Amino acid sequence: MNAPPLIEIQRLRVLFRGDDGRTTHAVDSVDLAVDHGATLGLVGESGCGKSVTSLAIMGLLSKRSAEVSGSIRFDGFDLLQAGDQTLRDLRGNRLAMIFQEPMSSLNPSFTIGDQIVETILRHRGGSARAARQRAIQLLGRVHIPSPEKRIDEFPHRLSGGMRQRVMIAIALACDPRLLIADEPTTALDVTLQAQILELMRELKSEGGAAIILITHDLGVVAEVCDEVAVMYAGEIVERAAVDELFSSPQHPYTVGLLGSMPRLDRRAQQLATIDGMVPNMARPPIGCRFAARCPFAVDACTKAPPPLAEVSPRHASRCIRAPLERLVS
Amino acid sequence: MLNFLARRIVQLVPTLVFVSILIFSLQHLLPGDPALVMAGEERDPAVIEQIRKQYHLDRTIPVQYAYWVANVLSGDLGESLRIKVPVLDLIAQKLPVTLQLAAMAIVIALLIGIPAGIISAVKKGTAWDYGANLFALWGISTPNFWLGIMLIFLFSIKLGWLPASGFVPPSENLRASLASTIMPAFVLGNAIAAILMRHTRSAMLQVLESDYVRTARAKGLSERSVILKHAMRNALTPVITLGALELGTLLSGAVLTEQIFSVPGFGKLIVDAVFNRDYAVVQGVVLVTATVYITLNLIADVAYILVNPRLRG
Repeated sequence: MNAPPLIEIQRLRVLFRGDDGRTTHAVDSVDLAVDHGATLGLVGESGCGKSVTSLAIMGLLSKRSAEVSGSIRFDGFDLLQAGDQTLRDLRGNRLAMIFQEPMSSLNPSFTIGDQIVETILRHRGGSARAARQRAIQLLGRVHIPSPEKRIDEFPHRLSGGMRQRVMIAIALACDPRLLIADEPTTALDVTLQAQILELMRELKSEGGAAIILITHDLGVVAEVCDEVAVMYAGEIVERAAVDELFSSPQHPYTVGLLGSMPRLDRRAQQLATIDGMVPNMARPPIGCRFAARCPFAVDACTKAPPPLAEVSPRHASRCIRAPLERLVS
Repeated sequence: MLNFLARRIVQLVPTLVFVSILIFSLQHLLPGDPALVMAGEERDPAVIEQIRKQYHLDRTIPVQYAYWVANVLSGDLGESLRIKVPVLDLIAQKLPVTLQLAAMAIVIALLIGIPAGIISAVKKGTAWDYGANLFALWGISTPNFWLGIMLIFLFSIKLGWLPASGFVPPSENLRASLASTIMPAFVLGNAIAAILMRHTRSAMLQVLESDYVRTARAKGLSERSVILKHAMRNALTPVITLGALELGTLLSGAVLTEQIFSVPGFGKLIVDAVFNRDYAVVQGVVLVTATVYITLNLIADVAYILVNPRLRG
């Protein structure tokens, strides 16, 4: 496939300036690419920069506190150079996002119909009646029962799972090319998680939108994604196809993440954990950011930042000791 | 909605009964014998006894209360003990003046306070924000009487644009009426604008950080639509309640301002009545003020529900 990717992120860097003048590197030289219709999982623990990356793509970081550099090329636009008006025309239209908190992401003062219709009218225009018809269709598509009645309800009458479906309906309103889902299932209970994931899988199989699925849950990634990028302390530490990553992880952090997944087919007294703490991002270490917690670390690891290097075709790891197999055998 | 309204109105009854008892006991808590006041220069015990009988002052307190309530319910608030005019007439004369003043003041407060609050929240940390906060600090800390005197000095004495005092009813001459009330209304509105501005600002700041405002931005809506539709609708609910309560305060609390501008309103009526121990007038005025206040509260609640679907059930 030689077509350019739908979105290509290069050297994305986000610095937050605190009120006290101190800066924090939330995202550091991230490179990512997603092809048309593909699904990328962006995995990592809380605070590793996943959500900041997605907000940077959407242009939703406050200009006052965040300094974004690098380049994000999407569908012929350079999002970091584009003006506010161009970004507004793309957002909700070709570029859509679902957030983590379905309970608070809908405006309590407007009906869910209003909130869907608004997006359609903003980008597609047309009559209010046609937009309402489309909103009902969208609610049906995300499996909300009797959408023609539900459309006039206010968000507080809906459960968390229903609200997340409405958020997805809003995101799908203008048939986006890229859908960013930021922990769409984290706030929901397990059965609802499964339903929302099923819905994401449906969207994927219907084709059309590429998806960036942000999660800390490798189980979710295994179910939905084609490719995975693992983030740690603001950097991408490993990138590979899903099967490849699960069968042959090449970064010690990924190994730790996989080890800490609870599994039913193995008995364990205790869940495996990764010892130590995430480094302070106000003063990130010079060398590998994971070195302090890494069982394979050697002196060289702390001397210079390791590059993200290919260990095999389409499989990259930011570890100078990769491939790891030879270390454990 | 109707259900709610009915329930709220029923709840008003005990409040009003309680208020009426308070107002009635006022007369008995204050020192001085009303019969003596009414008798004036007359010191004849027989006359005083006659007055006691006429006003039921010789009966037990609960009976006096019953008489009073019965009269109030039939629209009779009694007669001014001093100038022998029905209290209801006095109130009917003064209330429109105060209502006009209060309405103008609250309109001025809303027109200044809400936009200033929104601008300072949206432009937080900029010169706009500091300017609005400075204005609010000035508004809250400037005493009404001082501002009133300064306005009179500037606009009446130096520039000669506005009358320094007095009141012209709007039915007589609308222009002159507005000219005679604009300064006191501004003095009253200015202080409230400052309070509304502070509340609008903090409510807006909170709402602008909310997830649904982020959602609105993620839809590609214009900043104008994000702020004026999605954020403001939610930020203004507490401000509405505050505005209604401030309006209630204006109806009874404009005493000083009315004095400075010699506006013959409620404030002047109540002060004169208190100094003259004119209990009937005090009772009547306080009762009307309390009723208006309670009604405004009810209206605020209804408005609150109209803009807040979560309360509609």
